[in-house]
Amino acid sequence: MEKFITHIGTGVPLRRSNVDTDQIIPAVYLKRVTRSGFEDGLFAAWRNDPEFVLNQPQFKSATVLVAGADFGTGSSREHAVWALQNYGFKVVISSRFADIFRGNSLKGGLLTIILDQSDVEAMWEAIEAEPATPITVNLEERTVSYGSKNLPFAIDDYTRWRLMEGLDDIGLTLKQTDFIDSFEKKRPAYKPATLPIRS
Amino acid sequence: MILPSHYLIQQVDTQKEHETVGKTLAEKIWAEHVVRQADGEPDLIYIDLHLIHEVTSPQAFDGLRLAGRSVRRPDLTIATEDHNVPTMNIDKPIADPVSKLQVDTLRANCAEFGLRIHSLGDKDQGVVHVVGPQLGITQPGMTIVCGDSHTSTHGAFGALAFGIGTSEVEHVLATQTLPLQRPKTMAINVEGSLKPGVTSKDIILAIIAKIGTGGGQGYVIEYRGSAIRALSMESRMTVCNMSIEAGARAGLIAPDQTTFDYIKGKPHAPEDFDPAVAYWKTLFTDSDAKFDVEVDLNADDLEPFVTWGTNPGQGLPLNAVVPNPADFADSEQRTAAERALVYMGLEAGTPLKKIAIDTVFLGSCTNGRIEDLRAAADILKGKKIASSLRMLVVPGSARVRLEAEAEGLDKVFLDAGAEWRNAGCSMCLGMNPDQLAVGERSASTSNRNFEGRQGKGGRTHLVSPLVAAATALRGTLSSPADL
Repeated sequence: MEKFITHIGTGVPLRRSNVDTDQIIPAVYLKRVTRSGFEDGLFAAWRNDPEFVLNQPQFKSATVLVAGADFGTGSSREHAVWALQNYGFKVVISSRFADIFRGNSLKGGLLTIILDQSDVEAMWEAIEAEPATPITVNLEERTVSYGSKNLPFAIDDYTRWRLMEGLDDIGLTLKQTDFIDSFEKKRPAYKPATLPIRS
Repeated sequence: MILPSHYLIQQVDTQKEHETVGKTLAEKIWAEHVVRQADGEPDLIYIDLHLIHEVTSPQAFDGLRLAGRSVRRPDLTIATEDHNVPTMNIDKPIADPVSKLQVDTLRANCAEFGLRIHSLGDKDQGVVHVVGPQLGITQPGMTIVCGDSHTSTHGAFGALAFGIGTSEVEHVLATQTLPLQRPKTMAINVEGSLKPGVTSKDIILAIIAKIGTGGGQGYVIEYRGSAIRALSMESRMTVCNMSIEAGARAGLIAPDQTTFDYIKGKPHAPEDFDPAVAYWKTLFTDSDAKFDVEVDLNADDLEPFVTWGTNPGQGLPLNAVVPNPADFADSEQRTAAERALVYMGLEAGTPLKKIAIDTVFLGSCTNGRIEDLRAAADILKGKKIASSLRMLVVPGSARVRLEAEAEGLDKVFLDAGAEWRNAGCSMCLGMNPDQLAVGERSASTSNRNFEGRQGKGGRTHLVSPLVAAATALRGTLSSPADL
């Protein structure tokens, strides 16, 4: 995973709440068996509308998605994170994220940042007034800044460290194999197993 | 009676904790599964069961291969094909080449890593959350995960069960654990008794309408109260299934005699049943435990519920009218309602019961079990569905289908003019050919009414199996009382 320390890019205002993962990437686009190539499915239904914000030329190269509340609700599909990343997004900002989506994004290196709804709305206005406004996301300092604004955001130390180091979660857990071995030794015998098959 | 040693250890621990402060059920299960705890790090949690399907696993297996890793516990892993499989002509090769590749990839991965798989045509194939419980491998006190958000279904057994992303699927395959932040706890107390014609689907739709699609974010919900205790296992699964629609990753119900009776006799029920039951009986929220949040709902007042909008929180009693967006005080909700009415092609003030339906879908991990089919068949028996609509009946699993056929339910559905299909997720998410056309309107027993969920441009009203059957007969959204 690529290290994430700071990112500077422009934003795109997505003035919608409850953007569920079926909107981020509809199910018919989930049939690939790779992690790449999902950008075509991103917001597929909405992108048919020429007025949709992603279709507007001034937002073409944006890398920071600024969305309404409850972003990423619904399905656990990590394809939603891949679609956003494959399209070019590095950061998503919202006042509330669905739990599974947020977990997936932080595993995969897409930084999801929670700001107050009033700060999100102020960002929408600033970006709409000047789409080229540079937005700086500093994970080390835990701040989002643009224009004269410098907004702190919260992220737990562990996740921040893992993202800044670009570390693979599995590799970290495999260092704890001794703990897993000893846990398994005391697992009770009546816990079910899928093998051997009983019918 | 001889108790397993683990049980005794837990018992002592729990007793000690008791003297200070009680634990909720979710906290007890969590504590029993902590592999490693360290300051400033997420807890490493052991996973008792990992369910796999074709859509969210291929990239995880690829990751294992790239890193030269194996599956740590094939004996705690089980796969089935459900999300994109066809529900017709299942004896022929899958027509859609992309779906076929995904299913073939799952089969090849299971063969390579030595995993149990139930493929199309096998009697244990079906929607992953129907398969686990019917095999008896879903049991109280377990941690259960799957790359599917409706894994919360298994919480009905008093298990901590939740959906995960593909990176986490890979993590569980490799380590049988997950690093997780401990969730907060929410109690939803449903007291009273349901009127005839009102079901557990109406309970959960009413809960989501009350707390919103984000209300459960960060929480594990425990459903409690007399109305919950009175539910069958399958009805409890319907409630827990839609926890994620309220934003909660997991929802659970303390196990009781209903739970034990359901598991007994299932293929993977504990061979040594009594010690297991003795342990299961310790799985309840202590009387002095504190939830972070409590929510109350009165079951006596509940009516059949239906959604009018494009998220599961946009629901109302069936006797209501389509709401006027202007009546929403919150600006975000007002905008969402305006958008939803445009998408749904509805006018404010229209009685919900006047809405004409094109397709009725009976099935899914929410309402595709035998009791759901029985309840709908009871209403349809000897009658014909409205000529203005089609009805798809898709059993949740091949076993459910066989059971229904043994009871003659297939004949009831076919005689009524409905289609009797093979098992799969089908029109719940429209990954296979079972989809709505643009502008087509469904009454669906599934779990999500998002824009385009059941097919691009399709319009979904979420309903119970009873409302689905009554609607199929009348052609407009209806409750059994309208017949």
